[in-house]
Formats: sequence, structure tokens, C-alpha cells
Amino acid sequence: MIGVLDLQGDVVEHLDHLERLGVVARRVKDPSHLHNLKGLIIPGGESTCLSRLLRIFEIDTAIMEACKRGVKIWGTCAGAILLATQIVGEKAYLGLIDMEIERNSFGSQLDSFAAVASIPKVSSEPVPLTFIRAPKIRSVGPGVEILLRMDDYIAAAETEGILATVFHPELTNNFAFHRYFSRKCGLLAGESPLLADPTWKPTSWTRLARISTG
Amino acid sequence: MDTKRYELNVQLAQMLKGGVIMDVTNVEQAKIAEDAGAVAVMALERVPSDIRTQGGVARMSDPTMIAEIKRAVSVPVMAKARIGHFVEAQVLEAMNIDYIDESEVLTPADEECHIDKTKFSIPFVCGARNLGEALRRIAEGAAMIRTKGEAGTGNVVEAVRHMRTMNREIRQLLSMPLEEVTGYAKVNGIPYEQALKVRKLGRLPVVNFAAGGLATPADAALMMQLGCDGVFVGSGIFKSSDPARRARAIVKATAYFRDPLKILEASMDLGEAMPGLEISAIPENQLLAGRGW
Repeated sequence: MIGVLDLQGDVVEHLDHLERLGVVARRVKDPSHLHNLKGLIIPGGESTCLSRLLRIFEIDTAIMEACKRGVKIWGTCAGAILLATQIVGEKAYLGLIDMEIERNSFGSQLDSFAAVASIPKVSSEPVPLTFIRAPKIRSVGPGVEILLRMDDYIAAAETEGILATVFHPELTNNFAFHRYFSRKCGLLAGESPLLADPTWKPTSWTRLARISTG
Repeated sequence: MDTKRYELNVQLAQMLKGGVIMDVTNVEQAKIAEDAGAVAVMALERVPSDIRTQGGVARMSDPTMIAEIKRAVSVPVMAKARIGHFVEAQVLEAMNIDYIDESEVLTPADEECHIDKTKFSIPFVCGARNLGEALRRIAEGAAMIRTKGEAGTGNVVEAVRHMRTMNREIRQLLSMPLEEVTGYAKVNGIPYEQALKVRKLGRLPVVNFAAGGLATPADAALMMQLGCDGVFVGSGIFKSSDPARRARAIVKATAYFRDPLKILEASMDLGEAMPGLEISAIPENQLLAGRGW
């Protein structure tokens, strides 16, 4: 089972992707929800907000312990910021992957953009990428593998236990990264699930956030 | 705005889900808000409760002030333009802020038309009291909706009314046969295509936040339990006796809105909330929610 940290941000978008891949997923709001997980996704959102909530409820120490136990962790955008050992201009939070990252590194919302890139280790097909007020990974330490380099920055990197992407695969109709992470967690081994779902739409997240009719 | 840009703009709002957007009037407040865990700040010269007491025409804030706040924080910065004042919106877009609130809190510049938001690349959030109003704004290009509530009162009753109204109307749309939708859409001022979309999705197609009159952690959690995706707090934070503490408490209660014990914890030792106003004590012509068409 894979958990999605559910404090703030685009939680349901990740849940929707995992569900379409056939991976069992759970919301993580409390340290006890980390029990029995193979992997944890820290979604996009605002890193200061997430970091404050992580600390208040001591989920940060629980995540660091889970990481030591072998639970794989993937941070997208704000999640990647929380995982870095160094953040330009502020102190680091979880410090689980040796890299330097810079918050909101492109400018304002008008600088948010979509792109396509080839990431051979993750997918044999080009992968669509969505950058929303994204950070940039400036450099990585020894032992960190760069998965995608673009212009003057690194957009995706990993170690054995951690995956960091500054873009949002959960906002695209492409499941390559969710499949890749699930396999990293030891799930979906040998299976070759769909890489895209013709029924997926940008509004698909609303499926998990409908108005209650009960 | 092309489709891809609009999609990116809706997606930024998706990132704000479960968070608190706070009104700030200077750099110091913006830093307090960011440090407390605000997911965005709304930069404006006067919070709604001051606009209410001081009266006069309320316009877009001084761009110098907005620029200072933008430099001081890394969270998204929003700013307000008057309803229909598309040049204020052009100025805010030229400043590269992150989101424009076409807001009834400012004095409307046009009593018939809202801004044609499809002409812009920058995203807009707009207020709504009911489903028709929300969907008209979306049809005009808004990438995010919020309840209007009654800003600057510290009284959550209008925000509750607006959210309950939207929910009730969505449920009605979901349960009626297709042939009734045309008439329902006509009576309620709902663009027909948008009505069909809501029937398919079971909710608004974009993020919907609570706004207008929220003052306590319990107010924020109430709006979240009613189905809002996040909350705006305007005067409620910096008109209270201990803004930093209250800001942190509201962030906490919004994230854990279904957990009464955590809301309780967040509600302790906060000092005085902002003074509240009974809606019926406000002269009709000074109500803000009625602005917008």
C-alpha cells in the first residue's frame, strides 16, 4: 500500500492516479497512518504550510523513521522541497535526499508551464510534465542519480529510498512516474499497466471531492 | 487565454486545497502569514472591516505595496481588482502577481459586466452566493471560486448560506431528469453547458474556497466540513488580539477539519477574536455580497 500525505495540497490527484494504476492507496494524516506502508507520496502544495503541520503533529519524525525502515518516499514540487538536505535561503526540513533546491524558482504563476521530456529510466515514451510555480534542484550530492536535467536545473532525481520531482505527474494523463514509484516500492512488479487512461481528464480529481449527497 | 494556460491556472488553485489564504496589508503581516503556514496571501491596503468602517470608494491597492509584499514572501500573492475594472486587472497582470480576485469587497467599477477573464493569462478567483453566480464567473474565465460571505463582519453566517445554497443547487441538478435541466438553468441563471458539467462532476469544476466572515478555527473547519476546498481569512486574523497565533490555529483546524480534538486544541488560548457584526445591523446599501451580477 502507498500513502499520500494528506495535510494540504493536491492529495486527491495522486490518489486518483494510484487508483487507476490499481495500487491500493491511503491518506496519511497522522503518524499511525504510516503503519504498513511500502511508500509515501508527499504531494504538491505550499512547503511552509506542509512543514509547519508536519512538525506540529510530529509526523516529520515519523516519516524519517519510516524512511529508515525502508519505506520509499516520493516528493512532488513542495514535497521535493521538504525532502531536500538544502534549501536556498532557508533551513531544510526532512533532509532525506542530498540535494540543493530553490523554492518557486521560475517566477510567478505566469511562468508556470507544461513541457515534454524523455526520461528513459522511467518510461520508454516521452513524458508530459507540468510545472506550477515550481522549484529547481540546483545540485545533487554524490550517490544521488539525476533522472532529468533541463536547461540550468535538475527536474528529477533519486536515491534508493527517495524520488524527487519538481513537476507534477499527478496533473497529467500519464502514469509513468506513479508506475515507476510503485515498482520502487516493490508493487506492480512484472505487470505492465496502462501508461495513460483515455477516461482521465484534468477535472478527474473532482471525483474524489464531490459534494456530499448523503 | 488558451486551454493549456487555463488548465495551469486551475491547477495552481488545486495546489492551494486544504489551505488558508490570508489578507495582509504590509510586509510584516505577509511574513507572519507565511510563517504561520498560509498557502497564499491577499495583498490589500485595507482589510474589509476597515473598508466597512472608513467607507469611501475602495479601489485596487497601491502597486508599490503589492510589489513589496511580493518580494517579501515565496507563497503565491493575490490582489484584488474592482468588479468589471479590467484595467486594474491589466495592471495586476503586468505586475506578475499570481492570482487576481475580482472582488465585491472593492467598490464595483461596472454595474453590468464582470471582467472578461478569458482575455487574460493570469488566473482569477471570483465570489459567488449561489451556483448560478459561480458558473457564470467560470463561464467568464474564473479559474477558482469562493463564497462571498459578508466580508469584514467576523460573522460566518453568510458564507454558510452561500455554501449551503451552492450545495443544495448542485444536489438538485444531480437528481433531476435531463429535460428539467434547461428550465432549471434558465431560472437560476446557470449557463446550460456548465450545468451539464456540474451534473457530470457532482461539484464545481474548479476549486471552491470559503470566504467572508471567518474568524475562528471552528469557522474554518465548519466551512471545510460543508465541502469547501480551503478558506480565505480576511480581517479575522490581523484584527484579532494575537494574529500569529490565530493564523497558526486556523491553518491547523483547516487541515484537520474533521477532527474535533485537534480543532479544540487549535481553539485554546487564542485571545480575542475580531469584533463581530450582526448582518441585520448593517444598512442594506452597505452589504457587500449583493455586489456582482
